[in-house]
Amino acid sequence: MRDKFTPFSELMKKIAAGEFVYTGELEPHKTTDISETIEWARTLKATGKITAANVTDNPQSTACISSLVAAYIVQRDTDLETIYQLRTADRNRLALVSDVLGAGALGLRNILALTGDHPMVGDNPEAKPVFDLDGTQLIALIKQIVYEGKDPAGKDIANPPKINVGAAAQPGADLLEMEILKIARKADAGAEFFQTQVVFDVHVALRFLDEASNLGVPILIGIFPPKNYGYAEYFSKFVPGVTVPDQFLADLKKLSSISDKAERKRKINEYNVDYFYKFIHEIRKKPACKGCHIMAVGYPEVIEPIVERVEKGA
Amino acid sequence: MIVVRPKPLDELLGFLQGHKKILIIGCDGCTTPPRGLREAQTFANLIELAGKVKGLAISPKAATLPKTCDSHIVYSTMANQLANVEAMLSLACGIGVQVLNEVFPGVQTYPGNDTIFNGMQEKEGGIFDERCRACGSCILGETGGICPIARCAKSLLNGPCGGCFEGKCEVTFNREKHDCAWYLIYNRLKELGRLEDFRKFRLVRNWNLLVGPRKQVGVY
Repeated sequence: MRDKFTPFSELMKKIAAGEFVYTGELEPHKTTDISETIEWARTLKATGKITAANVTDNPQSTACISSLVAAYIVQRDTDLETIYQLRTADRNRLALVSDVLGAGALGLRNILALTGDHPMVGDNPEAKPVFDLDGTQLIALIKQIVYEGKDPAGKDIANPPKINVGAAAQPGADLLEMEILKIARKADAGAEFFQTQVVFDVHVALRFLDEASNLGVPILIGIFPPKNYGYAEYFSKFVPGVTVPDQFLADLKKLSSISDKAERKRKINEYNVDYFYKFIHEIRKKPACKGCHIMAVGYPEVIEPIVERVEKGA
Repeated sequence: MIVVRPKPLDELLGFLQGHKKILIIGCDGCTTPPRGLREAQTFANLIELAGKVKGLAISPKAATLPKTCDSHIVYSTMANQLANVEAMLSLACGIGVQVLNEVFPGVQTYPGNDTIFNGMQEKEGGIFDERCRACGSCILGETGGICPIARCAKSLLNGPCGGCFEGKCEVTFNREKHDCAWYLIYNRLKELGRLEDFRKFRLVRNWNLLVGPRKQVGVY
């Protein structure tokens, strides 16, 4: 299925046109009120730099509002294109087909196909895990629905949806060779773009981009400018596969000790803008790198300056 | 082996109260830890003692069967031993308990164990690991002899998932992380020089092969 590709979404149209793209992230919670999510989407949109934003599906296996519904409302109310995240952890193939068709009918144009965390790590650990398909098989299923108009059993689908499908990748995997073989499978299944786990160390990103370059799939490297030392420390200590360079941690710790709040904030912002400008400046030299997935949760003020510096090249 | 775990004594007494002549039947077949005559005798002693403490006059005897899942063996071995027996407690797996109920419908047989999974004890120490889900479509030939259906928490065919780090799974058991099956598969296939089997994209499988009740007709 890797040979079949039509850019349906703004995201994929821009990538196909050679533009370096930026995506953001929205995490709706366990509520029917998604005004906070919509507000954050408006903020991302207002930067003028974000082409599309992911809408998470039961992150860490905590039961939240449907990502399909949230992605649709965000797109309708803010005009920010969404990347609907869809996990196989909670749905069998019938439910997946239903949701993919539903997404098409609602005008969603991107899906990020995920396996998802095991329910045992989430907030309803006694749930029966589904995993009828895995994330890679979901990519293939979506491609089959979109390009062949067939469901898993080969039954015809009238008026198939027009959706692009992406997948996740982990540049910081402890066995990079295994990770590359794994995403090669996803490329074979038809993945049209990759968004990666957060990377702080530019060498990790560059090595991954080199190793993945022959897959021919556009890669958006994930970054997370931390608004204080605590976030950076959290990633360093608790998120498997994410290495935060010692210098970065030390610098941020030093800046976090500035007693004047406004000055502290200004200095940390400056530091993040400088650090991630240089980071993006380096990674975009690699042909496989077509964009950056910015997970600046609750920290929108750095997005515009980072991207502007990248655009100016200084 | 079929891995079993003894049911709590209170649950067993609940089954047996109201009965006096009880036969505790071990199984010398594939249950593990062993559930033969020695264990049947231990169960009998425990139940008699616990019954006395609770004021129940239970008088259990112990016996064993070579293979409780074979109805012919069960009938020929037990048929003349059941005079006056009011109830039986089987230490076999769930299959054995059902065979006894079917072969001797006049006497109810209760389960002495919870049957947990098909597995093995990797090394001494009383830790048993699941190895086979009897899924009906064996892929061990492609995965270096390591089963992702039984040993991956998500039964993935295209693993590992993002929850694998440094060879461990995101799912924990008794606060200890499992080995990631796909990490083991990767290392094994690398050792065998067959990473192309790892790289292969595996299509959606037919989970119906795992939907019960399953039946096998006349193929040996």
